[in-house]
Amino acid sequence: MGVETGIINMLKIANKEFSSRLFTGTGKFSSSKLMEEALLSSSSELVTVALKRVDINNDSDDILKHLKHPQFNLLPNTSGVRTAKEAVFAAQMAREALETDWLKLEIHPDPKYLLPDPYESLKATEELAKLGFIILPYIHADPVLCKLLENAGAAAVMPLGAPIGSNKGLKTRDFLEIIIEQSKVPVIVDAGIGAPSHASEAMEMGADAVLVNTAIAVSENPVKMAEAFKLAVQAGRMAFEAKLAKPIKHAEASSPLTAFLDN
Amino acid sequence: MENTFVDIIHKYTWAEVQASILSKTERDVLHALQKQGKRNLEDFKALISPAAQPHLEEMAKLSNLLTKQRFGNTMQLFIPMYLSNECKNICTYCGFSLDNPIKRTTLNDTQILNEVKVIKAMGYEHILLVTGEDTKYVGVDYIDHAIQLTRNHFAQISMEVQPLEQNEYERLVASGLHSVLVYQETYHQDKYKTHHPKGKKSNFNYRLETPDRLGKAGVHKIGLGVLIGLEDWRTDSFFCALHLDYLEKTYWKTKYSLSFPRLRPYLDKQGNLLEPFVNMSDRELVQLICAYRIFNQELELSLSTREHAKFRDNVHKLGITSMSAGSKTNPGGYAEAPESLEQFEISDERSPQEIAKMLQKNGYEPVWKDWDLVLE
Repeated sequence: MGVETGIINMLKIANKEFSSRLFTGTGKFSSSKLMEEALLSSSSELVTVALKRVDINNDSDDILKHLKHPQFNLLPNTSGVRTAKEAVFAAQMAREALETDWLKLEIHPDPKYLLPDPYESLKATEELAKLGFIILPYIHADPVLCKLLENAGAAAVMPLGAPIGSNKGLKTRDFLEIIIEQSKVPVIVDAGIGAPSHASEAMEMGADAVLVNTAIAVSENPVKMAEAFKLAVQAGRMAFEAKLAKPIKHAEASSPLTAFLDN
Repeated sequence: MENTFVDIIHKYTWAEVQASILSKTERDVLHALQKQGKRNLEDFKALISPAAQPHLEEMAKLSNLLTKQRFGNTMQLFIPMYLSNECKNICTYCGFSLDNPIKRTTLNDTQILNEVKVIKAMGYEHILLVTGEDTKYVGVDYIDHAIQLTRNHFAQISMEVQPLEQNEYERLVASGLHSVLVYQETYHQDKYKTHHPKGKKSNFNYRLETPDRLGKAGVHKIGLGVLIGLEDWRTDSFFCALHLDYLEKTYWKTKYSLSFPRLRPYLDKQGNLLEPFVNMSDRELVQLICAYRIFNQELELSLSTREHAKFRDNVHKLGITSMSAGSKTNPGGYAEAPESLEQFEISDERSPQEIAKMLQKNGYEPVWKDWDLVLE
């Protein structure tokens, strides 16, 4: 989707166009300054911040201070809430303080693996959509759930590739393919992307964007790694737009199998 | 189906567990280290066993890697605030023990807010409220009131007080309580009684079931631990890991943290300086920290100012995820009565800012805030 400009098509989510299809997180960096440098190097235009980490009512908050660049659109996330009710309350606080309708909905009652609750996420999406939020829910790679969220008013869906922070790549590949095939809203692969090659793979598959945090923040050189992800996402997307040929799994028959019908 | 951890612990005997840990071989240790995926309790036994000691460097490298992957290059900072030293328990190792003739104080509202002011000026957003056990002075009403007084000043409130009932915990959670630390001290049931001869604390099972009540009450985080220095730390730590394993499966919506309070030489009521019953070397403490991390990648591990500066400067990289700094262990220690008797002497007396600088120098971002009341 989107119009052709530059090397890859623009991505449109709700009312906003993005020229970068690499979304980024802000956790786990060894300093806010390094985070800022890495995010600038990634060319990311959508940056998620955990409400629990920032003081949303304090303009000089150390993380927020380092995100004051016109290209960075903030995507507050609700990491820490356990229910739809808590998520809706937190979302309203975030909207008021950060002056954005955008929200990454994260509801994980399980603090160990941070796995999203499908039921509560759907319930919260229904309520938040009525309140005019632009909701990007973080969820399992569950194709049915993705359709339900789309119907409930989600602006995009964010299925996970593997457990968050695991760097394991696209372990949910088969389900992601179905989600991408069926979705009418953008599909952003979130969580588990541990290497630029994983990001390329998701983009080649037809994902609209990817969100990367741990793999950049915890690398030896986050600034360089951020750029590597930027290039990988561009390469993957270009290949998708250029209609990447499917690998041929078997030898071509030397004479056509249906040739006999012509005789 | 078990109802509480008491039903589990009775399936084990101290002597058998101890023998099993001591029988672990280098092969068991290598198996645990090289394993792909999750380690189990048998692996944990191998990692804390004497057989693992020659592999400490490997353990440290793995622990560092696993911690960075999960928690990133960050370190959470928190500080204790002692509200009272009133206590009706006799704990043979504690400065606030009932039989210790010290001046007893319980902070009033003004005193609490004065402490808050000093602590806030240090930059803290996460506070740990601490009391002794005395229902007359520091019952649940007092604690609830203290939480309400402090909740607007801090993003996260933890507490370390006497064990309470489930409905009392529910009440405190509604007031803004986030996490509760409750250390079993020792899992050796008979010896527990020797170390805690008098007061409500002498009830081993009631204390052991406290995390069950916390889990049922929906507390966000439960902190477990063993008071190192009372009994054989290896056997005690296995029981603590068993406890953790049970709790994670039963109360899966709760986060868990672990601390390593190591008993330090202390004054008895006659003023004699006493050594801990069991000594644990620095190498052994490092081994235990790394073993926990390798066993459980998601577990929060905490290191207090009981440990000395040089040790903390190095060990924080080996699996630790939260630290206290600038701590005072006496009620009113920050603003009101800096000179009064502390529960125990701290070893790392550097200010929070000095600790933050040390962390930054080592490539870690000090995290002051990691919760927000808007998420409740």
